[in-house]
Amino acid sequence: MSMIRGRVWKYGDNVNTDVIFPGKYTYTVSDPKEMPQYALEDLDPRFAKEMLPGDVIVGGTNWGCGSSREQAVMCLSEAKLGAIVAKSFARIYYRNCLNNALPALTCPEAVDAIQNGETIEIDLSAGEIRCAAGIFDFPPLPEAVMDIFEAGGLIEYTRQKLDADKRG
Amino acid sequence: MAQTFAEKILAKKAGLSHTVPGQIVEITPDVALSHDNTAPIYGIFQEMGGRRVFDPEMHAIFIDHAAPAPTTKHAENHRVIRQVVAEQGIENFFDVGRGICHQVLVEEGLALPGEVVLGSDSHTPHAGVMGAFAAGIGRSEMASIWAVGSLWLRVPESMKITVEGQFQPGVTAKDLALKVIGDLGADGALYISVEWHGEAIRAMSLSQRAVLPNMMAEMGAKNSFVPPDEKVIAFLDGRARRPFELVLPDEDAVYAQSHTYAAGDIEPMIACPHTVDNVRPLSQVAGTRAHQAFLGTCTNGRLEDLAAAAEILKGRNVAPGTRLVVIPASSQVYLDALKAGYIEIFIEAGAAVESPGCGPCMGNHMGVPAVGEVSVSTANRNFRGRMGTKESDVYLASPAVVAATAVAGEITHPKDL
Ligand code: SF4
Repeated sequence: MSMIRGRVWKYGDNVNTDVIFPGKYTYTVSDPKEMPQYALEDLDPRFAKEMLPGDVIVGGTNWGCGSSREQAVMCLSEAKLGAIVAKSFARIYYRNCLNNALPALTCPEAVDAIQNGETIEIDLSAGEIRCAAGIFDFPPLPEAVMDIFEAGGLIEYTRQKLDADKRG
Repeated sequence: MAQTFAEKILAKKAGLSHTVPGQIVEITPDVALSHDNTAPIYGIFQEMGGRRVFDPEMHAIFIDHAAPAPTTKHAENHRVIRQVVAEQGIENFFDVGRGICHQVLVEEGLALPGEVVLGSDSHTPHAGVMGAFAAGIGRSEMASIWAVGSLWLRVPESMKITVEGQFQPGVTAKDLALKVIGDLGADGALYISVEWHGEAIRAMSLSQRAVLPNMMAEMGAKNSFVPPDEKVIAFLDGRARRPFELVLPDEDAVYAQSHTYAAGDIEPMIACPHTVDNVRPLSQVAGTRAHQAFLGTCTNGRLEDLAAAAEILKGRNVAPGTRLVVIPASSQVYLDALKAGYIEIFIEAGAAVESPGCGPCMGNHMGVPAVGEVSVSTANRNFRGRMGTKESDVYLASPAVVAATAVAGEITHPKDL
């Protein structure tokens, strides 16, 4: 889990939740398994067809701005996207990512250096992004957040933690 | 290492020597605030397998958003909340009539300097007026705090706003907040901790100061902070529920952004439909017909706000064809206003004075507008449909402007009455 390796899909600034997961599906698509086919539909129609588990989205500033709809994260986490690296994230989008076990990493230097289509490696526990242009550091994620990732999200994580407390 | 307020307090709470923006820390909040949404949060808590809350003393629960209950459905929701509170042994529970969560948290001495408040309400940053780190979170996140007592937080970048000089008479913190939001935009402080510094801020009363962190949610801020001083300490004397320790930013802390304003340059401002950053000087929209004037909310429903309005309404009448709705932010404010004679002035002027709570702020009840009507309100948000119907306009202004508008029946500067 802590090592991610995949191809880069690079996009620009202010990519909003409407192009990540179109509003017209928010009330009609509720099964998470059906969400990946609509991911980035209005931004890059190739993405949903060609992305592979472990791939990485690289975005500019304010990634995920707009509505608080959680599907805009779930359509990517359900497709097993490896991570999103951006210059900055919209606040609710960022929290939705980590609570749905999708690594969201803020690293402006790496975003400038990474090329679209290249294969990169991310070491979550060491806090390193390795790409053709070099190695870039981000503050490592603490154990608590890694535990949320391992559990598969916040609700599941809390459930397991309570279970363990009861047994312990 | 020099640190901003957010960096320093999150380091302290996480047991670290320092933190940097972007870092994630695990925090146990001192206060977990929830309101009418407590029942759905409890549902998620149970879904997570929760039986007993981690720490009943951490909770502060309010029934304020639709209170007293306007419908049987709301009343059922309240019933569930009272049951949860009793079952879980939660003592800091404030039922119908006590007032709006953000105001009552401060009055009850539960918002304290150097503490962390997390709330499932977007205006939770309000508690920053007492020098707390206060941020809004989602419902599942609140349920998780109920269950395990802690939550992860990202250390935010910080913005320093310095306001020097003195305000002109009649210009308030509301005008300053609107001016800043108009300048920097609705995403001007996205995920950022906004600190307020300078002589004009220090000179303000606590009631005025509270408007600033309250409204920073409208600029995307995670939290907002006013450095606590002797006014805060005097206010908390005999009121604070726990001993507290001030946390102040270092003089040489590094800010992602800094902005400076001259208080004397600021004029009365108004936010026009349908976004809070659509701000104009009042003079440009004066004369717009208003059907309803609303004085209240967590932003501007305190005694000082009622006093400013009473001064204008004394001996005058609300214009025919216009309604004035007054809702004190809390029962304490109501009592104080009653003793000061303000309530009498409002009623004599023809206002409807209602029980403390959120009222029509988010369109729940007690004064929602009709289709096609214009409201001028002291609240903090004017999104399309916010007060109930999408087919109405909401303008946001200071209490004095709202009172003057009620008297004139159109948007009016108090000096032009
Ligand atoms: S008064 Fe309005 S803004 Fe304040 S807590 Fe109530 S609904 Fe929210």
